[in-house]
Amino acid sequence: MRITEHATRNTYHTMEYVTMESKPRIGVYICHCGTNIAATVDVAAVVEFAKTLPGVVVARHYTYMCSEPGQALIKEDSKALGLNRVVVASCSPRMHEPTFRGAAERGGVNRYRLEMANIREQCSWVHRDRASATLKAKALVASAVAKAARLEPLEERQVGVTPGVVVIGGGIAGMIAALDVADAGFPAYLVEKSDRLGGRVADLYRTFPDLEPAGEWLEPLIERVQSHPNVTVLLNSLVTEVSGYVGNFEVKVSSSPNDHLEPGTLKPETRNPETIQAGAIIIATGYNPFDPHGKPEFGYGRYPQVVTTVEMERRLAAGDLAVEGKAPRDIAFIKCVGSRDVQLGHPYCSRVCCQVCAKQAQLLRKALPDARVTVFYMDVRTFGKRGEESFDEARRAGVRYQRGNVSEVYRRGERVVLRVEDTLLGRTLEHEADLVVLAVGMEPREDTGDIAALLKVPRSADGFFLEAHPKLGPVDTAMDGVFLAGCCQGPKDIPDTVAQAKAAASSALIPLIRGTVPVGSETAIVDPELCAGCGMCVQVCPFGAPSLDLLWGVSRVNAVLCKGCGACAVTCPSKAIRLQHFTPDQVLAQVEALVE
Amino acid sequence: MESTDFEPKIVAFLCNWCTYTGADLAGTSRIQYPPNVRIIRLMCSGSVDPTYVLKALLDGADGVFIGGCHPGDCHYQSGNYKARRRVVALKEILKQAGLDEDRVWLRWISASEGQRFADTVKEMVEALKAKGPNPLRQEWAV
Repeated sequence: MRITEHATRNTYHTMEYVTMESKPRIGVYICHCGTNIAATVDVAAVVEFAKTLPGVVVARHYTYMCSEPGQALIKEDSKALGLNRVVVASCSPRMHEPTFRGAAERGGVNRYRLEMANIREQCSWVHRDRASATLKAKALVASAVAKAARLEPLEERQVGVTPGVVVIGGGIAGMIAALDVADAGFPAYLVEKSDRLGGRVADLYRTFPDLEPAGEWLEPLIERVQSHPNVTVLLNSLVTEVSGYVGNFEVKVSSSPNDHLEPGTLKPETRNPETIQAGAIIIATGYNPFDPHGKPEFGYGRYPQVVTTVEMERRLAAGDLAVEGKAPRDIAFIKCVGSRDVQLGHPYCSRVCCQVCAKQAQLLRKALPDARVTVFYMDVRTFGKRGEESFDEARRAGVRYQRGNVSEVYRRGERVVLRVEDTLLGRTLEHEADLVVLAVGMEPREDTGDIAALLKVPRSADGFFLEAHPKLGPVDTAMDGVFLAGCCQGPKDIPDTVAQAKAAASSALIPLIRGTVPVGSETAIVDPELCAGCGMCVQVCPFGAPSLDLLWGVSRVNAVLCKGCGACAVTCPSKAIRLQHFTPDQVLAQVEALVE
Repeated sequence: MESTDFEPKIVAFLCNWCTYTGADLAGTSRIQYPPNVRIIRLMCSGSVDPTYVLKALLDGADGVFIGGCHPGDCHYQSGNYKARRRVVALKEILKQAGLDEDRVWLRWISASEGQRFADTVKEMVEALKAKGPNPLRQEWAV
């Protein structure tokens, strides 16, 4: 079956090469993307318009071009109508260009004779007016068709992959990802900013929902990471520079001297490669707990009675629950501090605080059986496995849950008072307490921007790293070969973090196991007939791809070194070099189609 | 003098790694901006041939927007610096030829700056509306 299919494909290729200079036969496919495009762009009108464009043999619209039947449409049409170029107007080529290249190839069209018109990210999602969005979509399709008509068939290239993965961040996500990479037999470089592994989980006393001590499983995990022969742990280290691309990254790591290393902390690995070569990078830099100084109405930092859940974790571990020398009789939790707060720019739910409250409230009831523990909440969201049960267990342990928004905390004698709006009865009440615990949410780390700039990975509006696709690419990023794990992508609990870390490790291992990555065939080539051998391309190229052939007196481009930026093509005074797939005749045809 | 319903046509040459991805981010973030801009994807701002810009202006585009990575951030190390030098030279040529060099904008917009992309388009549309249509449009119409 495979062989037949392959043979067919080759036959089509051969046929195409034979008739290479024959007229373009273009198929145009307009995607609805459900309603993402079709709600704003009149797809039927775009199809009718596309049919009038030169070289277009067939134009269709379909609900989801990336779906199996959508791709089959391209394949069947290509075969039945003898198409030699395909234009898909849908999402960004950064999303589905490989998908549609594959579909075109299965139909016998050279994969580089596919052109995409980005009518979703750059049209339907950013414009509301149907008439002007449709007009723009038509122009973008005309531009893509004009380019497609001039596209040349190219051959796919493969380059080798450097085995090894750099994992940034030595918390739970980073450790799990590094271990999976290492267990698969590849070197993992775990770069940690601080002087110890474990991240925020190391600060936890017990974990929800089963209240087991975190150290029970964390210590052996750290031990495994430290002793794994394939894991290189770099403590007190920062990634300072990243270059290269998927398969062959070069990561520069600088280590600060370990003079502030406290006794008892883990000994840092002495081996310190200045520059690490790796095939993939995993970002696992975690989060910061929200600093409640940003909510001054709760009196944090002003009253000793007000602490955060992070501090409460330490107090529970130390058994130090006294406030101003006395055991508290009345303890109040305030939920959603720094979460679900549009004014703070944190409109999201931090996902763990409800469970943290249930956990700490139970532990406090056990430690101080006479104390009254009240949780003030907007909603209780203890989702996930055993989540609802742990909420029930907290209530059975005598924790009072009271719906209400706390507007203010102020001092009255030795105690503090919470002013609460009871959102069920619509009235205001006062609640006296000796200890107030603020359930602080998660926010992006302050260095997220630096790492985003270093790795060229975009961030979402909330400041966390942005995944490539909210559903289909939750650990991928816009940068090939760079993956996300854990809370650096958004708030999540430990099981979700571990799942994501394992997913990121698996994704990072794909190019490593395959051993090669496809690289674009969009490289520069020299027409020796036109080349005068002036050598300007040699000077302008940062990668040393062109060199002068002294025998013939012309320039030649080494396709393996060429990264396809096209700088040489613009510099060449006799236009002897062109960047394949972005040639001047293609671009000028696009300009003409856009301005018409 | 100009009618208020003049809608400028902008041809944008965006580098694949920064500004094109930034424009995609504006899309995924649903940031609205005027539909006057039509984007051509190139691999690098350093591969924007001045003839592309001239062609767009001579064909009647009201503005040309070149978007690249921030200085120091170029995917190809120095393509954006090459673009910057070329645009400076090109603007001088446009001036000599009696064309309005302010119709050509070069901006650094990274992959994470979707908002900045949308803002830049808005700003450019406003600026071109104030300028009025590219006079070459009418001259060719003779």
